[in-house]
Amino acid sequence: MDTAIKPVPTDTSRIPGWGIDADPENDPTYPYRDRSRDDGLAMNWERPSQQDPDVEILTSIEHNRLPAVVGTSTPPSGLSGVIRRQAFRYSESNWWHWLMLMGADRINVVEGVLQDLGRGKIPNIPAEMGIRSELRYNKRGLAKKVAVAAALSAVLIVLSRRGGKEEDAGPAGQGGPDLPA
Amino acid sequence: MLAMDYRGPYRVRVDEKPMPKIEHPRDAIVRVTRSCICGSDLHLYHGLVPDTRVGMTFGHEFTGIVEEVGSAVGNLQAGDHVLVPFNIACGQCHFCKQGLFGNCHEANAQATAVGGIFGYSHTAGGYDGGQAEYVRVPYADFGPTVIPDWMDPDDAVLLTDVVPTGYQAAEMGGIKPGDTVVVFGAGPVGIMAARCAWLFGAGRVIVVDQLDYRLEFVKNYAPAEVYNFRELDDLVVFMKKTTDGLGADVCIDAVGNDAAGSALQTLFGKKLKLEAGSAIALHWAINSVKKGGVVSIVGVYGPTGNMVPIGNVVNKGLTIRANQASVKRLLPKLIDHVREGRLNPKALITHKVPLEDIADAYHIFSAKLDGCIKPVLVPNGA
Repeated sequence: MDTAIKPVPTDTSRIPGWGIDADPENDPTYPYRDRSRDDGLAMNWERPSQQDPDVEILTSIEHNRLPAVVGTSTPPSGLSGVIRRQAFRYSESNWWHWLMLMGADRINVVEGVLQDLGRGKIPNIPAEMGIRSELRYNKRGLAKKVAVAAALSAVLIVLSRRGGKEEDAGPAGQGGPDLPA
Repeated sequence: MLAMDYRGPYRVRVDEKPMPKIEHPRDAIVRVTRSCICGSDLHLYHGLVPDTRVGMTFGHEFTGIVEEVGSAVGNLQAGDHVLVPFNIACGQCHFCKQGLFGNCHEANAQATAVGGIFGYSHTAGGYDGGQAEYVRVPYADFGPTVIPDWMDPDDAVLLTDVVPTGYQAAEMGGIKPGDTVVVFGAGPVGIMAARCAWLFGAGRVIVVDQLDYRLEFVKNYAPAEVYNFRELDDLVVFMKKTTDGLGADVCIDAVGNDAAGSALQTLFGKKLKLEAGSAIALHWAINSVKKGGVVSIVGVYGPTGNMVPIGNVVNKGLTIRANQASVKRLLPKLIDHVREGRLNPKALITHKVPLEDIADAYHIFSAKLDGCIKPVLVPNGA
């Protein structure tokens, strides 16, 4: 559906000096914009025939109409799809549009893992992250990452155990004297 | 068919996917022979581009053999070996009519600010890309160019993006004979921009990066003066000191939103996503160029906003010129430059990798392992 808003015309003949200083040499877009082929400010062109997509296409509200050709990869689905549809209620100029899409992207990653598991496939995440090339070309870096991860894990385990012990001791230590004998 | 399958930041694999089909009379189906991983693919890989959906196939730099054409494609036939510009362009809209083929208005439903790009998230139109055995090519009667018989396919695949983008970076700089040009980033596009700066008559070309192996490459390839910003106290002061205190005539940002060099930009842009990636290269470009100078931007940034010293742009009277390369516009000239030996694109290729090993190829490129400058995927049977 065409959502164009018609312009309010101005009678330039009534503006003193209209166009008197126009300089065709003053073109900061040369050479990548060829204005000699521009049909003035005409917004109409012979459009390519319209593709009839067989999947849901989310469309920017800044478009007056669906572009003639669209990409049909990975249509919106699941919770991430719900968020993406909401994001497209806002314009490209609105920060929420992009923040919601980034949020949907992150949720989509979890959906992707669940989708794999649902198909009986356990994603080989180290392989997907290129562990083989890391082993081949960056053994030292990989060893460093493993050491850091091991150290962090050890710290977390120690902290959790300590927390657990304090939890066990806490109520007795604090509440002991108040307990009925 | 086999195709790259994005599973989330830093996670990709190859999966069996349905064959692409003709969806519009101007479509073609192309069997991919070469497909690069682009530096800008790493922005997707790192999760920096909004609306990058799990399951998508990336890849906007590819060549291939035409397998099938739609009913409205009269200038190509099955068997033609074509290079496919990364821009999806109709050739007849308001913008295409002005040669702005990177800004076509009839190719991207999801965003008006971005043209259609193969395999570059739904923000660039939601098209599956060429890191696959087969790919759907819209507007095939306009975009693809038959590869000349004499041309090496490795040169051809770099004419789909790297060469035109590097060339347009230099072109947008409005370089005049004798100008000092500083290129930020020694990735493939920065290297090509440095090489092309000479074609416009630059008198001095400087390249800045943090990777010594890439600086060593561009030092010989462009050739260029090279500096590692990690070894400088203050990059902008250095640039002023080496240009009589004035600054460079032209600065080119060939890095984009993944730039290293500022902990603050990395935190805000890459970790917290409060801006559209890290814009420190653009920051340096604005502050290193002379008053009245030109900053040319071909580095990719996200669609929100970035922290850059826009006040200095005003106070220094700078001209900022930026765009996605208009590949179709530049191809005749660039093919001529390759034929005449003025440009040697394939020298940038450091890794040729089977499509099946795509996860390793992405990691090698992303982590800058094994001296990687440009990885090219070669699908099975290609």
